[in-house]
Amino acid sequence: MSKTVTLTIDGQTLTVPAGYSIWEAAHQVGINIPNLCHHPALRPEGSCRVCVVKVKGARNLSASCVTKVAEGMEVSTHTPEVLAVRKNIVELLLANHPRDCLSCARSGNCELQKIASDMGIRKIPYNYNRPPMKKDEGNPSITRDPAKCILCGRCVRMCSEVQGIGVYGFTWRGINSRVSPAFDLPLDKATCTYCGQCAKVCPTGAITIHNDTDKVWAALRDPEKIVMVQTAPSVRVGLSEALGGKPGDIVTGKMVAALRQLGFDKVFDTNWSADLTIMEEGTEFIHRLKDGGVMPMITSCSPGWVNYMEMFYPELIPHFSTAKSPQAMFGTMLKTYYAQKMNIDPAKIVSVSIMPCTAKKFEAQRPELSASGFRDVDVVLTTVELGQMIREAGLNFQALPDEQFDPLMGVGSGAGTIFGTTGGVMEAAVRTAYELLTGKGLDPLELAPVRGMEGIKEATLTIGKTRVKVAVAHNLANARKVCEAIKAGNPHGWHFIEIMACPGGCINGGGQPISLEMDTPVKRQEALYTDDRNLPIRKSHENPEVQALYREFLGEPNGHKAHQLLHTHYREQIRG
Amino acid sequence: MACQCSATGEFDLAPLMEILSEYKDNPKGALIPVLQKAQGVYGYLPKPVLETIARELRLTTAEVFGVVTFYAQFHLNPRGKHIIRVCQGTACHVRGGAKILEAVSEHLKVKPGETTRDLEFTLETVACLGACGLAPVMMVDDNTHGRLNPLDIPGILDSYLS
Repeated sequence: MSKTVTLTIDGQTLTVPAGYSIWEAAHQVGINIPNLCHHPALRPEGSCRVCVVKVKGARNLSASCVTKVAEGMEVSTHTPEVLAVRKNIVELLLANHPRDCLSCARSGNCELQKIASDMGIRKIPYNYNRPPMKKDEGNPSITRDPAKCILCGRCVRMCSEVQGIGVYGFTWRGINSRVSPAFDLPLDKATCTYCGQCAKVCPTGAITIHNDTDKVWAALRDPEKIVMVQTAPSVRVGLSEALGGKPGDIVTGKMVAALRQLGFDKVFDTNWSADLTIMEEGTEFIHRLKDGGVMPMITSCSPGWVNYMEMFYPELIPHFSTAKSPQAMFGTMLKTYYAQKMNIDPAKIVSVSIMPCTAKKFEAQRPELSASGFRDVDVVLTTVELGQMIREAGLNFQALPDEQFDPLMGVGSGAGTIFGTTGGVMEAAVRTAYELLTGKGLDPLELAPVRGMEGIKEATLTIGKTRVKVAVAHNLANARKVCEAIKAGNPHGWHFIEIMACPGGCINGGGQPISLEMDTPVKRQEALYTDDRNLPIRKSHENPEVQALYREFLGEPNGHKAHQLLHTHYREQIRG
Repeated sequence: MACQCSATGEFDLAPLMEILSEYKDNPKGALIPVLQKAQGVYGYLPKPVLETIARELRLTTAEVFGVVTFYAQFHLNPRGKHIIRVCQGTACHVRGGAKILEAVSEHLKVKPGETTRDLEFTLETVACLGACGLAPVMMVDDNTHGRLNPLDIPGILDSYLS
């Protein structure tokens, strides 16, 4: 059997691997067939019918995303018949779609809007007569507006097939058909982790990020408040895409400049507190390893993952590192260490974070994350929302000069920067733990087996006389496999596991700019590794500002004060 | 309409587990027969029953809910002892079927699709009962009541109360 197939598309002859869909084959020769239900990260379904093409000899038009190429096939992608059918399909979708594009969160990057525009639809020949549907705005992370749903099912497939949860399903029937959680529950009553991957694949404004920019504008305009911001590692490699740049651009300096121009009093780096997390988590791991604590230890900095474990595997909670996430650690230190050092009343501080993550908005509202007596983080904005604020202020982002973070909490190591990618937290932890245990630097410094995009990665290290086995998993379906393995007695003998909820890690978080290109997360990942290589300090324990924090304020890692301020606890979440 | 039931504890799930035991090793294609049998036992499909079915058949609750809400034969809420079907077909329509429905609805204080608080009656509409000669017509359980006048309704319905 031949492994390739030769066919013609619009008169062009091409050879593609057998098993390709017509849609994929056309893409190879530069023909972009419009589609709405298909997404490159998901299994094709063929439900929207926008991608129909004419296949010679076939009785009906074929949906190109689900029709496989065949030897000698002759495909036409834009005959008058094909274009007329497509246009009619889109007109029917528009008939059931609210006409409020101008004020929609997805205006400008809505796939339905783009297709309607590309097809030159200037008039919708049908009236809108759907009964009003209630928005779900009952959680801090994700807003659902079912009226804008076109029933493409991308969110259903993302949540069940990639994340392995299945919050959404197709429910009810006929004109009442909708995508909803079981029992039409709002997301805060369903088993939603707030990872936000559904919002990233939604082609319209049916699932969007809960917008908190108004709160930040209000704080910035309040002369009584001191507004300080931290920026997560992945934001610097994602933000550019929201402002006319390309995936993989590293825009740390421009981002800092933009935040200052928006009016933030101080601009800091979450990489600094990622280094702090490594000090606490790495020390915790060493203690568990030496003193026979609960093993394997699992990272707890991905809030979607924390929600998942608290809902689905509460019996494994003792495996969690008690170290707070970098976002929360930063917030605590801002309102204690920094406030004391600069003689600022912490009550006047508004602690803002810029995160690639929708679940961080939920994390920030956890009541236990307020060790300073104030909330660690007051407002969380996603990369997408920061992009919007920068556009709102009219800043020419790409022309901004590169500026530096403010001192005391503004230096981050390369280990801190790679926190944003799957494998990065583990690599950062190993760089430090190895050196603390052996007194020697890890050589090579880069931990190749935990890099890349494979779902579950493993590495074995010999640290002194101890062999340590580490594992790294990303996306929640892989997280489930890891949990099941631990429940089955940890047959792989893992000591330390890193889990991130989103496919690829934070670089591809629910708060990052939407991209339909499969290589976008990879480019962002490569950018973080480049950033790491270019930084003068690449190990968390060598961060001079973190060293100063311990010297002047905290004492020892995992010491009494550190424990009080930088560690947390978890509890079972029962929803429904 | 959302499910009205609350705590898991109030349902005896033992009969459901009995039904499920037959399908546990071969859950493919089991969902609809399991839902039918479960409804046969419980009279409707409350939330804890659906959650248990999803867990045991290794489906998501959203998928199970999707199937239940797709088919008219499945009910999320308790059903009355007596099922009233008021015809809204063409012949009944021209002879005042809407007035009959209104009279039933007013007498029982429920809307179509709902069940009375005392669980005596469930009110439904139907597109045609095939008894157009008797229009306007309704059925209560297996009995056909034809040539109706809205004033007849209270008497007919009360006759079903034990």
